[in-house]
Formats: sequence, C-alpha cells, structure tokens
Amino acid sequence: MPQDLIVQRPEGLFCPAGNFYIDPSRPVARAVITHGHGDHARPGMGEYHGSRAGLPILQWRLGQQQYHSYEYGESFAVGNARLSLHPAGHVLGSAQLRIEVDGEVWVASGDYKRQHDPTCAAFEVVPCDTFITEATFGLPIYRWPDTADVAQDIVAWRDECAAEGVAAVLFCYALGKAQRVLAELHAFTDTPAWIHGAMVPGVEVYRAAGIELLPTRAIDNDARGTDYAGQLVLAPPSAAGSAWMRRFKRAQTGFASGWMLIRGNRRRRNYDRGFVVSDHADWPALLRTVRETGARRIIATHGNTEALVRTLNDAGLRTDIFRTDYSGEDGSGED
Amino acid sequence: MRRFADLYRRLDRSTATLDKRAALIDYFRDAPPRDAVWALWLLSGGKIGGAKAKIAGSGELRAWIAAESATPPWLVEASYEQVGDLAETLSLLLDDPQHSDDAPLHVWIEQRLLAVAGRDEVTRRDAVTHGWRHLDREQRLVFNKLLTGALRVGVSQRLVQQALAELSGVDIALLAQRMLGKWTPDEAFLRDLLSREALPGDRAQPYPFFLASPLEAEPASLGDIDDWLLEWKWDGIRLQLIRRDNDLALWSRGEERLDGRFPEIERAAAGLARNAVLDGELLVWHADADAPAAFASLQTRIQRLKPGAKSLSEHPAKMIAYDLLELDGEDLRERPLRERRALLETLWADSPDAQARIALSPPVAVRDWAAAAILREASRARGVEGLMLKRRDSPYRSGRRRGDWWKWKVDPLTIDAVLLYAQAGHGRRSTLYTDYTFGVWDGEALVPVAKAYSGLDDAEILKLDRWIRANTLERFGPVRSVTAHHVFELGFEGVNRSTRHKSGIAVRFPRILRWRHDKSAQDADQLGALQALAR
Repeated sequence: MPQDLIVQRPEGLFCPAGNFYIDPSRPVARAVITHGHGDHARPGMGEYHGSRAGLPILQWRLGQQQYHSYEYGESFAVGNARLSLHPAGHVLGSAQLRIEVDGEVWVASGDYKRQHDPTCAAFEVVPCDTFITEATFGLPIYRWPDTADVAQDIVAWRDECAAEGVAAVLFCYALGKAQRVLAELHAFTDTPAWIHGAMVPGVEVYRAAGIELLPTRAIDNDARGTDYAGQLVLAPPSAAGSAWMRRFKRAQTGFASGWMLIRGNRRRRNYDRGFVVSDHADWPALLRTVRETGARRIIATHGNTEALVRTLNDAGLRTDIFRTDYSGEDGSGED
Repeated sequence: MRRFADLYRRLDRSTATLDKRAALIDYFRDAPPRDAVWALWLLSGGKIGGAKAKIAGSGELRAWIAAESATPPWLVEASYEQVGDLAETLSLLLDDPQHSDDAPLHVWIEQRLLAVAGRDEVTRRDAVTHGWRHLDREQRLVFNKLLTGALRVGVSQRLVQQALAELSGVDIALLAQRMLGKWTPDEAFLRDLLSREALPGDRAQPYPFFLASPLEAEPASLGDIDDWLLEWKWDGIRLQLIRRDNDLALWSRGEERLDGRFPEIERAAAGLARNAVLDGELLVWHADADAPAAFASLQTRIQRLKPGAKSLSEHPAKMIAYDLLELDGEDLRERPLRERRALLETLWADSPDAQARIALSPPVAVRDWAAAAILREASRARGVEGLMLKRRDSPYRSGRRRGDWWKWKVDPLTIDAVLLYAQAGHGRRSTLYTDYTFGVWDGEALVPVAKAYSGLDDAEILKLDRWIRANTLERFGPVRSVTAHHVFELGFEGVNRSTRHKSGIAVRFPRILRWRHDKSAQDADQLGALQALAR
C-alpha cells in the first residue's frame, strides 16, 4: 500500500515527500497556494509557490514575498515530489495541485467550479488515484442557475431601482465574484457600474490580465453630491450596514453568492435581493468531477463534507475527510 | 399559478409594508376572482386539504421527493436540515422542467389537489409529482407551500384587508367583520366580501376584537389617571357574546365559534334584557370563590365540545364583561368608552337572569398612578395578570392599535435554566439554531422545563449558533443536544401542573430575558423551585 502523499497537520495539508504545505493556515517554510482568497493565501510563509496567472493577485494581497510561479501544466520538482498546477476555474489564477511520487498521483482541487466563467481558465480534469475535493456546497439542494440568466436579473433589478429612483447596491466579494459579475454583465449592458474603493485594486489586476469587464467608476470617498439613483454599485459585504452606505440616500441591497439560493440566508441578512452566483462547484458538478478524475479514493475538505462522503461511499469509493480552516458552514466565507 | 408565485416572491422579498401592500393591490386588481379568493384564503392562513381530506403528509412528501429526485432519504433529511423549510427543500431538490404549466391557481387547487384529497396514496402521489414535473422552481415553491400548509410570508390580516379596502372602496372595518369566522373560498364569498351594500349576513358576524398593547413606558406618561378606566387583566380567554333576538353566538379571539361548549353562558345570554354584543373574558369561577380558577381549569372546558354534568359542576364558566359593542342593533363602537360602559352597567342591572354567569369587570378605583402600581404588585394573589388601562374617551378600535388600551402586566417570574437542546428555526432563522430547550436540576440530573424562541438579539443568536455547532453531543433528526454549559434567565407568566411533561410542570409563555454569562450550569435553579409555584 503506497504512503499517503498528503496528510493533515495542524498547520494545514502537508506533503511529506515534498516537505511543503498546501494553503497552510499557520506560517511554514514552504507553501503551495491554490488561489488568492484570504482563507487560502495567508502572510508569513517562507516560500510561496503558485500559478503564474495568480501571481499578480498574491502580490496585491500579500505584498513583497518570495514567490515561485509556474505556467499551468508546467512540471516542477519540490523535494521528492513532482508537481504541476492545473486550472480550477474558481477565480483568476486558481489552480489544482497535481502531485506525483513513485507513480502515485494525487490531486488537491483547492476551490473549483465547472460553470463557465469569462474571467478565468476553465477547470481541467486531471486523472488521479486520489482526489482531494472541496465540498462547500455538498448537498443536492445546490444546483446553480445559468449565470447569464442571473446577470439579466441583475440588470432588470438595476432598471427597477432606476424606476424607483434608488441606488442598486450589490454586495459581492472583492476578489473573483466582483470581476465575474462585471464580466457577465457586460454582455447585457454598457452602462458603467460604480465600485467601492476596496474593489479597485482587484478590478485593475483583472483588467491588466486582459479580461474584459463592464466599465467601472470608483466611488470617491470625498466626493459630495453624486446622485446614485438608478446606478449599479458593487461593494464588499463588509460595507453592508456601515457608515459608507449613508451616501446612498435611498438604496436597495442585493448579494451575489451561492448561499442566496436559500431564502433563509437572504432574509436573515436582510438583503432585498439575493442573486445566485457561486464560484464553487454545485452538487451535480461535485459528483461529475469526482467521477471524471477516475480517482478511487476521495478526500473531502470543507463544507458539507459528510453528505458528499457518504454518497460517494455508497457508490463504492474509498473516502476520508480532512478538517481545514476554510470557510465554515455558516456561509460567511468567500465563495 | 404564475401570478400567485410572483405575488409570493414580491411579498417574500420585501420587508417594507408599503411595498407589500402595493404587491397585494396589484395582485387583487388583476387576478381572476376564482384565483383571488384562493389567494385570500391562503394569505389568511387557510390550508388546502387537512386531517379529513389529506393530500400529502410530511413523511409522504419526503418519501416521494426521495424517489422523484433519486436522492436517498437520509440526504433529503440532511438537505431539509440545511434549508429549514420543507416546501423550499422540495423545490430545490429538482431541476426545472423544459416547459412550465401555467394553469391558474384555482385549477391547481380545485382540479388537481382537492380532487385527490383523501384518495389512495398512488393517486395523491401522482397529483403531487405532476406538479413537481410541470412547474418551474418559483411556482414549485408555492405549490409545495400549499402542500405543507403555511405560506408564512409576513403578511398580516390587516395588510390584506387594507389592500382590499383600497381596491373595493369597502370600509376596512366591515371587511374585517365579514372575514371573521368560517368562510368558503368561492366566488360568492368574494363578491359578498367586496360588496358595498349592507348584506343580511353582516348581522350574524362578530366585530373584530380591539387588542391592548403592552405598556412599556411609565404609566405617569399617560397623563391624568382620571382619564383612564382601570380594570384587572383577567387570565382567561377573550370572548365576544352576540345576542340578536334568538340568534346567539360565542366567539373567541381565535375567531372560533364556541357555541355549545359553554351552555351556562348561553343560558345567561338568553337572560339579557335587550339585544346586545358584549366583549369580555371567559373564566372558570366557582360560585363561592373570590378569585377565578387557574387557566388549566378553563382549558379542560375549551376542549369539551359538549361538557357533561361533572365538567359543568367542577369547572363552572363565567363571563366577565367589560365592553358593549352593540345595543338594540346599534353599533356603539364609535362612542366613547365612558358611554359604552354606562350603557353596559344599565343593561346588566336590567338583566337579573343573566347575572349569575355574566358579571361586570369591576373598575379599579385608585387616587394616582403610584397607588395603581401598588395594587398591580398584588395581582398574582388575586389570580389576575396585572392591570388594564383604557382611555375613557376612546372608541372601540379593531386589531392591535397602540394608544388607547394598554395592558400593564406584573413583572414575569424568572428562573435560571441551562440550554440542553437546540433546533433550527423557521423563515429568516431557518439556517440558524434558534429554537432552544432549557432545563433545571432535579437532583443530579437536568430535566427539560421550557422551550423558548425569542429574547436574544441577532449578535447573540449568531454567537450561540456557532457554539451549538461546536458543542453538539448528539443529533436526533433536526435536534441537537449540547453540552450543559450556558445559563439563561427565563421569564414566564406562571406554572401549571402537567402530566404530559416529564418534569411534571408546564411553564406559561417562557421567553429568554438574559444570557447569564456570569453563571455556570451548576448555578441553575432546582425543579423544586418551579414546583412550588405551580397551581
């Protein structure tokens, strides 16, 4: 029986053969980072290894560090492990990590999705013996609608707000979701959207990577008297209920997230609208991906791991669970 | 059903009353009457089918969706636990059909659901799965809500009536009156409801109850005490007694007719000297007692459709009348309370045959608010809940309108209890653990004594939710047992003995007053302390 290529340690997922961690939650000497979200890319690591497409994001979020970046599919060695990074379709630069040691192949998915996303490379199926999958939305209730339909709903909502003379403030995470929404909206409208100051660097990183987004205007914190009635405004969720919102004399609020599929989540947070846009795999996509990798053993990391694991077990696969510090079941994390 | 699903979505989405009213007006203006009356029925809390005409039980729906969506039953349960709403779970487990069936609401209800009510399981199941296969997600949600029984969309009866009043021009008070009691959701009912003519049926209907609001401010803020009529707040059930010639009706506040259940009250009503509609409180009160019996005693009477001689003698009922809404066919509700009260007293004095079982609620005479506060403190000993404060020059309004009627209840009894179990809430709390069960010590063991759903703020709810998830001992379906650690101060109105509860007692109206971070589980109260309060 071959040794496990990845084991769980307090610092995070560890590869003994290569002596490195994947998305560690505590400072370690050598880290492979799957993508730039705060719960995966943290400061304090000795070396950072990641995709070339994701490098500008790490530089924006973590500043000057010792980075090693690789093209998707490029093979490189760390210790006794042969590694390569492959698109995960989650956000710009997001990667799955393929690890090969003595002919045994493991793939750690990081966060991923199978839906079309104009802002990042599409998920690549990487055949493997063991597949470590996320399970953020690991229940059969999660089935995503077509994002183009949702984008049209957002445009229609903005137009309704215009008819009522109020601003349409759409909350979404500043890395990934905001840019995806801007890219999807561009198919249906040319009217620029306003963005919160905290979103400006991320939007610039995407534009610099050549991704076409709806034109944006940054909200100037010192400007007075701008009328936002009928305007679409993108802001990070932390701005909800803050003093920053006072500039919109009257506004409706919306939230773009996979969690908005459940009415209780929207009502609890008091958003006027919930738009179901997720950068994670839904239930059918999780099952399909597991099947397509051909893996015999599946390890689920975060989210509704129990339901996914039991379902795969019943289908005859060997399964395990790694408990990690990624976004919890309350839905507060980035998606 | 598309139109009704759109209405549901607009109501569900909005938290602003004005938006909801606008949505209702739009719907009722455009909907065909046969749809509109069903919508009215559902928005008023009416259900489709029921115990005698079953369409689908909750267990059946779970089993059917498991088969329809090829999901194992345990995964249906896990999904339900995450969503917290069965109708919504059923909608989410299926993909949308290619084409949606746009039959109107009344066709779905009358021809497809009620048509199979009470039939064999295969027939009922076919009807339900037909809906699941032919409706898109938003219509499916409403369809499933019809099956699971409650819309819960945050619309009050009054809001619906406001919308209908605005559309039809019929006075809202009359609309409310016409909607009281049992009615059938058909076109004839809707036509009569919205009729601007006086209808013969109007005379048989009760008036909407005027409800008091809890007094939160200092009573002195109400001004001169002489402007106020003070009465005891009785711990019974609210009763409207209608005596119009030979027609006699007893209505509870739950809009239920109590006819036949309280023959002694009906006999007394027949002894009233004139036609009248009385508002008051129904209590169990023994002839020689100076205080009413405990509420539990009244409960045994409410449950009996036709009480026997034993029940009648052990739990004799009495009405304490405090208002007069109609006399000799004249609606008195716009007259000031002082006039209505004077007419009530005259009527009572002229009706010796009624007096054994109908009494007047005595005015509580005090000099000033300080003296009233002292009397209120002694409420429990008198078997009452506190004082009622009614403005002497106020009309009899409908619903819970603040300003003229206040209930000034005694401070609640309190205990410190330990959180034992938690369950996910409903509606906006459906993804949070917000329904709590608390226990107190019985020797070395903690026994559950109360369930409470309210009293924590949003931040506390979130914090406790996280703690519950991290400190779960066992799961029993949707319920989690947790480590005995957190202590809460619970307020409640009283304690009754109960054979249905493990602890032998039942607390009335428990709610959370405070999270006692300063106390550990060992500091919680003993069961004996509660037993001593039981009556």
